[in-house]
Amino acid sequence: MDAADLAAIWLTLKLATVVTLLLLVLGTPVAWWLARTRSRLKNAVVAVVALPLVLPPTVIGFYLLVVMGPNGFLGKLTGALGLGLLPFTFTGLVLASVLYSMPFVVQPLQNAFEAIGERPLEVAATLRASPWDSFWSVAVPLARPGFLTAAVLGFAHTVGEFGVVLMIGGNIPDRTRVVSVQIYDHVEALEYTQAHWLSAAMLVFSFAVLLALYTFNPQSPKGRR
Amino acid sequence: MMDGIRVRLNLRREAFALDVDLDLPGRGITALFGPSGSGKTTCLRAIAGLERAPGGHVAVGGEVWQDEAAGIFVPVHKRALGVVFQEASLFAHLSVRANLEFGRKRVPPAERRFEPEAVAALLGIDHLLERRPERLSGGERQRVAIARAVLASPRLLLMDEPLAALDLRRKQEILPYLERLHDELSVPIVYVSHAPDEVARLADHLVLLDAGKVVASGPLGQTLARADLPPSFADDAGVVLDTVLEGHEDDALSRLAFAGGVLRVGRRHEAIGSRLRCRIHARDVSLALSRPSDSSIVNLLPAVVTATAATDTPGHVLVQLRMGETPLLARITERSRRELDIAAGRELWVQIKGVALLR
Repeated sequence: MDAADLAAIWLTLKLATVVTLLLLVLGTPVAWWLARTRSRLKNAVVAVVALPLVLPPTVIGFYLLVVMGPNGFLGKLTGALGLGLLPFTFTGLVLASVLYSMPFVVQPLQNAFEAIGERPLEVAATLRASPWDSFWSVAVPLARPGFLTAAVLGFAHTVGEFGVVLMIGGNIPDRTRVVSVQIYDHVEALEYTQAHWLSAAMLVFSFAVLLALYTFNPQSPKGRR
Repeated sequence: MMDGIRVRLNLRREAFALDVDLDLPGRGITALFGPSGSGKTTCLRAIAGLERAPGGHVAVGGEVWQDEAAGIFVPVHKRALGVVFQEASLFAHLSVRANLEFGRKRVPPAERRFEPEAVAALLGIDHLLERRPERLSGGERQRVAIARAVLASPRLLLMDEPLAALDLRRKQEILPYLERLHDELSVPIVYVSHAPDEVARLADHLVLLDAGKVVASGPLGQTLARADLPPSFADDAGVVLDTVLEGHEDDALSRLAFAGGVLRVGRRHEAIGSRLRCRIHARDVSLALSRPSDSSIVNLLPAVVTATAATDTPGHVLVQLRMGETPLLARITERSRRELDIAAGRELWVQIKGVALLR
């Protein structure tokens, strides 16, 4: 592996870490709401969150390009704020990946929160714990397997994405060229040896992650769809 | 009353309405008793604030928890209460000790009334503190749940059929602990149950609920002895007597004194002067117009008929009597009632075939 390969690996790990952390922060309240609401909006929100599971990545990438572009509302916003445009930047890639990997985090968390049920939270309330207190002292610890599953799947899925990255990030070394794109480049250039190395690394990584997940967290399969 | 519990609830659900207005004593155990679907649990959950009854009013010991007319609804976590559910519902991620501490550490130190060691000893769980909940038996779990609720220093302890999920042996294991709670803590308890034995054994005050309405509410002895209750309550009818162990006799019998006379039962081992509660089922009481001199039954007492009522069982009636001040119920056949001409005011003798000692 050469320096470009290593840079791609480093960038991929950085992207996946940032995206996973953001997803846990954003996905937890969404999952909590979905697990406990009786609102009629629930199914619509569930469907929106699940969209990336069924849409081709190019569709998501296309819409994001439009929205983030100079004439999109997000593009106008970032332009007005002096941040420039998001397409073909690391930030744009993070944003796209968060949307794209959202279901992999929200669904296991929602399942975990639903599995806890009302009772432990009612008990906590009768023991003087406020809703905020019970969320942290009861719901989060009891949902720990769900958090582990969500983090692992969110991370692994971000590492493995390709289509959205190519459309939003392009192929800029050190900024948006992640491993999956690097492999594509190698294959295009008929550099099969390098492609082999990187592909094998991805294969081993993905297998190890999933093996660890199912070994240490046997309830996790229900968190997938 | 200032130190009592005031509950006024009106709740409408699909195919169910709860409509209760209760003044409960601020001490001892109040049993909410009734068939399933009578609204016992809903009533308890509404008192706790886990369920919101619009327009309801709940005050405990002068502290208002809910008064919708005044715009007051204190959220559950700000009410000084403890709830024991049918399933122990211990926090699976915490040890027994941390479960016990969960409520206690959230109570301001000045308001803490009980020490974990003392409560753990009272409930016989002091050797389990380092265990995880999944390594406890059903009975142990429920005792931890009770201790956890007590340690939150409640002004009112609510128990929702705490023994219903347990088998008979586990029930027998827990009942003495509930009696100790009753005797040693000055916390009023509202106890939901559909098991007559538990109610007879534990309660001081009895509320009978049927189809969301209060059928009767009053001191246990008086309420159980009422003959005017709906027939559905009459089949398991019987009275509860609080007696004092007065002495022993040579032939291995013991004497229990009560306001209306003396009962003789098999030899008891409690100290003379101990208070014992016993239950006399209506079906174990028969009647005679003159004092039987040829009966094998030991407990023969004079009594006066005060009322008769129908039961759910065809051909049977419930007879309410008084032995001195103490009420008694007898279940006899309609034919006997006719042949002996039993009606209010009639003086006769009761023969008590069985006396169940509860505690």
